[in-house]
Amino acid sequence: MAKETIKTMHERDISAERTRSRAVGIIAKAFCYAFLIFMALVVLFPFYWMINSSLKSLEEYRQSVPTFWPQKVLWSNYAEAFTAASLGRLFFNTAYVGIVSTILSLVITILSAFAFARLEFKGKNLLFSALLATMMIPGELFTITNYSTVTNLGWMNTYTVLIVPFLVSVFYIYLLRQNFLQIPNELYLAAKVDGTSDFKYLCKVMIPLSLPTLISITILKMMGAWNSYIWPRLVANDDAHRLITNGLRNAFTDTTGDVNYPVQMAAVALVSAPLFLVFIFLRKYIMKGVSRSGIKG
Amino acid sequence: MVEGKQKWKAWLYLAPAIVLLLVFTVWPIINTVRMAFLEGYSGLKVAGGESFAFGVGNFVKVIKYQKFLSCLKNTVLLCVLTVPISSLLALLVAVFLNSIKWLQKPLQTIFFLPYVTNSIAIGMVFAAMFNIVGSFYGTDNEIIVTAGIINNIIEFFGGKAVNWINYGSSYAANITVMVIYIVWNALPFKILILLGGLQSINKQYYDAAKVDGTSRRRIFARITVPLLSPMLAYVVITGFIGGFKEYTSIIGIFGEAMGPADAAGRLNTMVGFIYDALSTNNQGRASAAALILFGIILVVTLINLQVSKKRVHY
Repeated sequence: MAKETIKTMHERDISAERTRSRAVGIIAKAFCYAFLIFMALVVLFPFYWMINSSLKSLEEYRQSVPTFWPQKVLWSNYAEAFTAASLGRLFFNTAYVGIVSTILSLVITILSAFAFARLEFKGKNLLFSALLATMMIPGELFTITNYSTVTNLGWMNTYTVLIVPFLVSVFYIYLLRQNFLQIPNELYLAAKVDGTSDFKYLCKVMIPLSLPTLISITILKMMGAWNSYIWPRLVANDDAHRLITNGLRNAFTDTTGDVNYPVQMAAVALVSAPLFLVFIFLRKYIMKGVSRSGIKG
Repeated sequence: MVEGKQKWKAWLYLAPAIVLLLVFTVWPIINTVRMAFLEGYSGLKVAGGESFAFGVGNFVKVIKYQKFLSCLKNTVLLCVLTVPISSLLALLVAVFLNSIKWLQKPLQTIFFLPYVTNSIAIGMVFAAMFNIVGSFYGTDNEIIVTAGIINNIIEFFGGKAVNWINYGSSYAANITVMVIYIVWNALPFKILILLGGLQSINKQYYDAAKVDGTSRRRIFARITVPLLSPMLAYVVITGFIGGFKEYTSIIGIFGEAMGPADAAGRLNTMVGFIYDALSTNNQGRASAAALILFGIILVVTLINLQVSKKRVHY
């Protein structure tokens, strides 16, 4: 009798404990989702506000009670922004600099990563460590002298000045070398036995096997061209060579006061759009590249 | 390894990289240090045939310069405020994201979005959100057409509109806007790294804790945080390094004036100071400031590493 009571009491305790922990679990889950959705809204809000504002008429934007979707959708703001900031020219300049510097940078990175990963020469490790050490130094330190160097070379206000100084990235060399090292040495030796030249082996075996890393590098490099601001402003801020970020800032110098925000926001949306398109299609590569790099652009 | 011929061939492969590195990386290191120690070095004066005495005058001048102290204060303040806030928020988001299944992927994508933006462009959006449209000089007879969406929201919840970035706005309000923007901008990278770290933690630890009936809070404090500590340290260290180089986010919101209309330059940072000196041809001062910045970053990173050595469990 007593035994049975204890048993049922024990079962009751267990089931009570279960419902309690289930309730706690549900509350925790609900809190979890509430927090995440709140944060997601905070993250998304500026994008929403950008698009919402870019489609309003100036009168509607200036209403003291804001509207959360334009009463009349005004696409003409985009056309106006495109001409006001001469975005066509800026897009072309940025795409040109981005594509050329990415291609050249990939060639240089592949060649040197191959040398560091597969070839033997005196002082290899010393040279590689020295390169890695330069990564600690803030870029501003280089910029000061590079500014004088490119002035002396007569490169001011050319495409060259936007491309050449940043072709070598020690970080990309490091990233690709690590990838090359993962390719088994036996493959290389087998190719040697077959009489394949180093260069052919690099093109036929190593590059195809490292494609994901190369894509990540390409995207980061293109994003860099799209987002660079400081260097282009110093050395190529003329109408013919200006890049997109500088153009955007120059076209809309006023941030406070009575600004024509609908047009400004349309310009911002146009400048942001290519990055989002790239992100949508190549999300995996971007996130992989970023998680290994820790740099913006 | 295979044949001796490779020795010169390796240098052939390296040649383009080495030439460019010599010109744009090695020479700048040497030259910037040299210019920093030449008193009052200036590109214009060099062209005029002037020579400069060797000394630490540039450093002394920079440190005594009122503008530099204000830049240093802004940089340190933004760093000290944004790194802990963004790291903590990112940790919470990552832990919560890791504990859910439904909606995990879409939310993860949303949280990464601020990363693929142009910090100047989105800075302009933030400026639009905080701006009081119609306020130029903060006088009474101005017709304020709209207080801006952030003030609208504050007023909706019964608060009072704040002059965030317009003429006559307070330093504290400016810094608040900057902190919000920088944190918003810094979150995606931190979340990505921390979530990656969480997903690589062995599930067995959690199963063992469950068997022992360990509470959620204890699991978080005794399993999650210690096993995540290398990633946390990484996120904090890179956060500080990036924070000391803060510049473009301020340009995004305040434009090249680096401050509200009545106090231009009030929010300038160390990097801004270097570029101002450079664009006025004061290379000596710019170099000295850059070396000071490098020194600060180095010291802060070493302190961070020292602290994490004691706290981080590998």
